[in-house]
Amino acid sequence: MIGWRLWLPLLAVALLLGLFALQLGRPKDDFVRSALIGQPLPPFRLEPAVPGQPALASTDFADGRPRLLNVFASWCVPCAAEAPQLTALKAGGAEIVAVAIRDKPADVAVFLARYGNPFSRIGGDPYSQLQIALGSSGVPETFVIDGQGVIRHQHIGDIRAADVPRLLEELRDAG
Amino acid sequence: MRLLLALLLALLPVAAPAQDSLPPAPYAYRQLDDPRLEREARDLMDSLRCLTCQSQSIADSDAPMAGDMRHQVRTRLAAGETPEAVRGWLIGRYGDYISYRPAPGATTWPLFAVPVLLLVAALLVIARRLRGRSR
Amino acid sequence: MIAELGLAALWLAAALAALQLLGGVIALARGEAEPLAGLVRPAAQVQALLCAIAFAALLYLFAVTDLSVALVASNSHSAKPAIFKLAGAWGNHEGSMLLWITVMALAGGLIAWVEHRLPERTLLATLAAQAFVGLGFYAFLLASSNPFARMVPAPAEGAGLNPLLQDIGLALHPPVLYCGYVGLSVAFSFAVGALLTREVTPTFARVMRPWVLGAWVALTLGITAGSYWAYYELGWGGWWFWDPVENASLMPWLAATALLHSAGVLAARDALRTWTLMLGVVAFSMSMIGTFLVRSGILTSVHAFAVDPERGTFILVLLALYIGGALALFALRAGTVAEGERFAIVSREGGLVINNVALSAILGIVLLGTLYPLLTEALGFRVSVGPPYFNPVGAIFFLPAMAVLAVGPLLRWRQDRLARIRWQMVAVAIAFTVALLAAWLLAGIALLPLLGMALAAAVAVGSVLPLARRKLTRAPLTLWGMVLAHLGVALAVFGMAADSAFTTERLVALRTGEQTSVGPWRVILENVEPVAGPNWTALTASLQVAHAGGAPVLLEPQARSFWAPAQQTSESALLTRWNGQLYAVIGGQAPGDGPERWQLRLWWKPFVTCIWYGGGLIAFGGLLALIGHVVGDLRRRRRWREARA
Repeated sequence: MIGWRLWLPLLAVALLLGLFALQLGRPKDDFVRSALIGQPLPPFRLEPAVPGQPALASTDFADGRPRLLNVFASWCVPCAAEAPQLTALKAGGAEIVAVAIRDKPADVAVFLARYGNPFSRIGGDPYSQLQIALGSSGVPETFVIDGQGVIRHQHIGDIRAADVPRLLEELRDAG
Repeated sequence: MRLLLALLLALLPVAAPAQDSLPPAPYAYRQLDDPRLEREARDLMDSLRCLTCQSQSIADSDAPMAGDMRHQVRTRLAAGETPEAVRGWLIGRYGDYISYRPAPGATTWPLFAVPVLLLVAALLVIARRLRGRSR
Repeated sequence: MIAELGLAALWLAAALAALQLLGGVIALARGEAEPLAGLVRPAAQVQALLCAIAFAALLYLFAVTDLSVALVASNSHSAKPAIFKLAGAWGNHEGSMLLWITVMALAGGLIAWVEHRLPERTLLATLAAQAFVGLGFYAFLLASSNPFARMVPAPAEGAGLNPLLQDIGLALHPPVLYCGYVGLSVAFSFAVGALLTREVTPTFARVMRPWVLGAWVALTLGITAGSYWAYYELGWGGWWFWDPVENASLMPWLAATALLHSAGVLAARDALRTWTLMLGVVAFSMSMIGTFLVRSGILTSVHAFAVDPERGTFILVLLALYIGGALALFALRAGTVAEGERFAIVSREGGLVINNVALSAILGIVLLGTLYPLLTEALGFRVSVGPPYFNPVGAIFFLPAMAVLAVGPLLRWRQDRLARIRWQMVAVAIAFTVALLAAWLLAGIALLPLLGMALAAAVAVGSVLPLARRKLTRAPLTLWGMVLAHLGVALAVFGMAADSAFTTERLVALRTGEQTSVGPWRVILENVEPVAGPNWTALTASLQVAHAGGAPVLLEPQARSFWAPAQQTSESALLTRWNGQLYAVIGGQAPGDGPERWQLRLWWKPFVTCIWYGGGLIAFGGLLALIGHVVGDLRRRRRWREARA
């Protein structure tokens, strides 16, 4: 009666070490995903990020066309790195709108002049309010928004060349 | 001395590359005027996870995003929302991960069941000893 | 040359550990008269010497900043202050592992040299277990973490040490922590030795106790210092975050505390035999699990360093060997260890059993809360477990344990009546009630700090009562140790409750010349000036702070920018008074037009220092008890020798 109970600690430790081994064996996933996938965009209305360029509001998404919403910042190095991929996406027929996080209009203008401007609209989000409302936790991130303004997909981190066809496909599926 | 100060300020952004140039949000480093609301905000911020830091609450981080979240918490409380509504709103955005206070539910029940089991086991051990006394 | 010497010494030490293991196994199988069994003690002693040589070699390489050694090149820098050059030797994975094995070998050598109280077979089994543990570490060092590896070509300059770690407190933190872990590994080896020979006697507990006490003192100091470091270095006034790394250091402490008390019962009353063995295994397991969690990087933490999954795998294999082996042995043997003496619940043992149950339950909760996020991650979703979980759930067990702590030490061994100590209990109850009412009526504080404060008062009174009606100079050191350690618990809990109940915070942006207030203090920002340090530049704020009517004092918080490697830290300025600490931090420049304004963060934290004074007092009590036990053992040994002569 007592005998089998003495093996319980060993069993518990075996389970624990098994869990450790499992976690060691797989790549650490540090991404915090948005919980808003499948839900409509929160209502928002941003100021233009660059004077003279169209600003961004949630109502812009209700015209039946799917879009990419790129969350970026001029001070973010990976955002500069993904610029060619954004251009490629635009060439592939995607409409891309953007929100610039914690940015000065002048810095955004310099960034667009240097790395190109594939965006049809850019809103400024000086206090990360839209970013938080989207459940986004860093820059750059790219959301696929369908024609009804529902968030369909979230891409975390910079877009690599291999991600371009996948994002275009997501965009088609959302349409 | 002034020159060194200017030089140092010029150097600061270089020392921290992926930093933004904008100043922190108004309520990132400013308390609410109402002490009761500020206390509620502080308690809430202490229990929200900073997403760009390593295991810190937004109440003790200098990360810009933590500052922006503090701004959100304080302005929302000042606008009359309850702390639990703000927590719920953030969980709706980021999932349970954002809150350091696990709510009892389908995914967290072991966190609450195990302490109860431990309590029962502890009482059993002590009760057995109590009976042992009468022997 | 020196690096090769160190490496050679390390290889030789590993070979001797193998010999030690072999000799111990033969002694167990065929008796201690076998020739190889006679080599066990000398092997342990020489191994200690060789490890000391290897570690001295590493210290030398860091002292002269020999950049041809890869470890030095990647962790040091010629522009670093001398003390931090030395600290660089253990401020990294390889060096800290070498430090660990060195302390472990020294401990083994000491046991082999002085310990003659246990039956020789049990002692040889213990040393064999120690060699088994040691061999794992040698394999780890020599196979995958060679601290003496050369780098060709040698770089012109080193990469530097993480500036957060360039701090005297933190330089001393790891060695202290490893002393604690090694002490627990010795207790583990004793437990395994006793399981192998089934010799679980009061003598076994007395032999093991100094090692547990020493480990416990070191862990207490390590946690106290680590908490204070986080408090002043992270710049937000928090001193405990229930961060995984903090929990990893707390878990062995909880297990060691339980082990210390159950070993006391075993030594005095020959009860709790298997339980003490179990705790011996658990305490070391917790230090290994803690090391694994910190080093493997499978948990997210502010304090994590030297993260590497490959090392994680290695530590995991060691964990499985050590703990799995010991627990399997436990399952096979514990049933055959004879049951110890019985006792009533109202007795010293009864109180200690409640203490052990509560500590184990808290250990279980901390373990669960720390690992649960890992478990859910494996299942595909993420949760966070933090202070709002640990504080109240831990309190369910901690608060009753405090109540028992107030009266337990007053009870007699074996059997007692509560009626006998009724006057003492009345005194404890009065302290509890007065503190409760005072804190509630005068300050109206929240439930947890309120109970914490009341129980702290009860424990403070209860813990000094064992000294009542005794001649203080004649009271044994061990009694003093217990009293002071328990008093330290009361003090620390009081500090925690006071900090959470009474802290006032002030975040402001000031121009120079402007003033603000926090708690009873008036604070004027006099100016902000740049300063240059050896490997950093900083902004220093001069704050004139004054109590109502008191003379002003100058506080100078700094915002530092390091350049090797580039990182910013805030050096908080602390003003310590008997009744608390004023904590000041300068942030950056505040936005806005006109003359520049500076962000200041100010806290007035009444009695917060009691937390660390309490921790220090606990450690000091443990040290007194350790000295008391060792002196007593030496005296008994002399008497025994004289009787034999």
